[in-house]
Amino acid sequence: MSLDIILSQIFNGLSLSSILLMIGMGLSITFGIMGVINFAHGEFLMIGAYTVFIVQVIFAKLLGQAFPGISFLIALPLSFFVAAGIGWLLEKVLIRFLYGKPYETLLATWGVSLILQQAARNIFGANNVDVASPKWFEHGIQITQGLQLPYNRLFIIGLSSLCLTGMFIYLYRTVKGRKIRAVMQNRRMSACLGIPTPKIDAFTFAMGSGVAGVAGCAVSLLGSIGPSLGQNYIIDAFMVVILGGIGGLAGTIAGALVIGISSSIFEFISTTSMGKVIVFTLVIIFLQWKPQGLFSLKTRALD
Amino acid sequence: MLKINQLNSGYGGTKILRDLNMEIPQGQVIALMGRNGMGKTTLLKSIMGIISPESGEILFASKEITSMPTDERVRLGIGYVPQGREIFPYLTVEENLLLGLEAKGVTEYRIPEGIYELFPALRRMLSRKGGDLSGGQQQQLAIARVLAAEPKLLVLDEPTEGIQPSIVHEIENIIRFIKEQKTISVLLVEQYVDFALRLADKYYLLEKGSIVSSGRTAEINREIINNHLAV
Repeated sequence: MSLDIILSQIFNGLSLSSILLMIGMGLSITFGIMGVINFAHGEFLMIGAYTVFIVQVIFAKLLGQAFPGISFLIALPLSFFVAAGIGWLLEKVLIRFLYGKPYETLLATWGVSLILQQAARNIFGANNVDVASPKWFEHGIQITQGLQLPYNRLFIIGLSSLCLTGMFIYLYRTVKGRKIRAVMQNRRMSACLGIPTPKIDAFTFAMGSGVAGVAGCAVSLLGSIGPSLGQNYIIDAFMVVILGGIGGLAGTIAGALVIGISSSIFEFISTTSMGKVIVFTLVIIFLQWKPQGLFSLKTRALD
Repeated sequence: MLKINQLNSGYGGTKILRDLNMEIPQGQVIALMGRNGMGKTTLLKSIMGIISPESGEILFASKEITSMPTDERVRLGIGYVPQGREIFPYLTVEENLLLGLEAKGVTEYRIPEGIYELFPALRRMLSRKGGDLSGGQQQQLAIARVLAAEPKLLVLDEPTEGIQPSIVHEIENIIRFIKEQKTISVLLVEQYVDFALRLADKYYLLEKGSIVSSGRTAEINREIINNHLAV
């Protein structure tokens, strides 16, 4: 195996890590802050991806052409708001009644996941749909003869870094972020200081869903999209969160890098399913040794 | 300032407080005393809305708050320093103090200078993590945090528990200072009887979920203390 191939696998792994990071951020924060295991989180990815599709269809209908570049740029922020809006609604009508009941939320959100997938099937059809990629993503940077870094994957890495930086600044440098971190560490005391915790919950849930929507936008660059798009990523994203440790961004970053790159390498040297088995096994062994994950934040919410 | 009428409260069917009545007048320090397990913390949790009472009513500044959510009560002006202090361990001292301002509903976040005058040690620790402070320092931070929002009623749950004597003395001075201002009422729950009696204007003695004795602290006698507080 040549160096070029190893490097390009690491690069592919990095772009997978980036997607997993965007999904994992929301999962980690909602679990950290509310103890909610959100099985429907992958569907926000699907919602984000279909947002790109819808924008292109509207462009094609109105202007006769899909304009992949412009429609993608419009869909990018839109996917955040659409996914965040649906996330906010889901929190309001369902999730908030299930706080502190991890098993019930697990079942309920799994149900929501199935409902959203079926809704997508009814609206868009059971078959995958193709999203036209913008022209500027067609090629890549040629490093050596055998190593090319495609622009779309570079873009995904950049987008994910941007989301991460934004999330970091938001959590650590703003008033709202300070409240979110406070509720994460001690919900009851936060309320005792006058912080309206239900509002913080709804807001945080919406934000996590929104970032997953942006991830969906990114995924639409890699291939066709379908109702079960979220299912391809959700298990890996859960592994990222569990491996990284709950409730902190640092753990999610580390988890995403490890899972993304190792999946890509193991899947290359064996087969797709065998690669997954190897990664799973390694994660399970690691968790036997260190059950709280790579980084752990002790939160009272989880006591 | 705070009035409690015929309060019955407890945890999931286990009744702890029985027909409890209590009144905290404006600007006074009230000591709530009693042995362990008599319902002191349950009463405070009912006042704060952490547990919801079965019956009875709680009035704060003539407004009924019996079933109001905790954060709304706090924004009306009740500052709560819980047992165990509950500092946010992964937030800095400054962030902890700034979160205290949430109760005031401010848009501009600035810690009042008066807080650093009362707790000069805190200024030097602003960038340290709350969890790295000693128990005494955390207690000072917890009190400073609620005072930052200038509450009308300060609820202190065992402020001297597990604290080194020098800081107990400082906390006593701070409560005395608050008392002299006459703008903040204080409900002080304390097992350290002498500490409570030195500070309070009035006392309430809680036993098995009911008030068994109350009055001016100047009038409390050894017999009452021995009957209801001696272990």
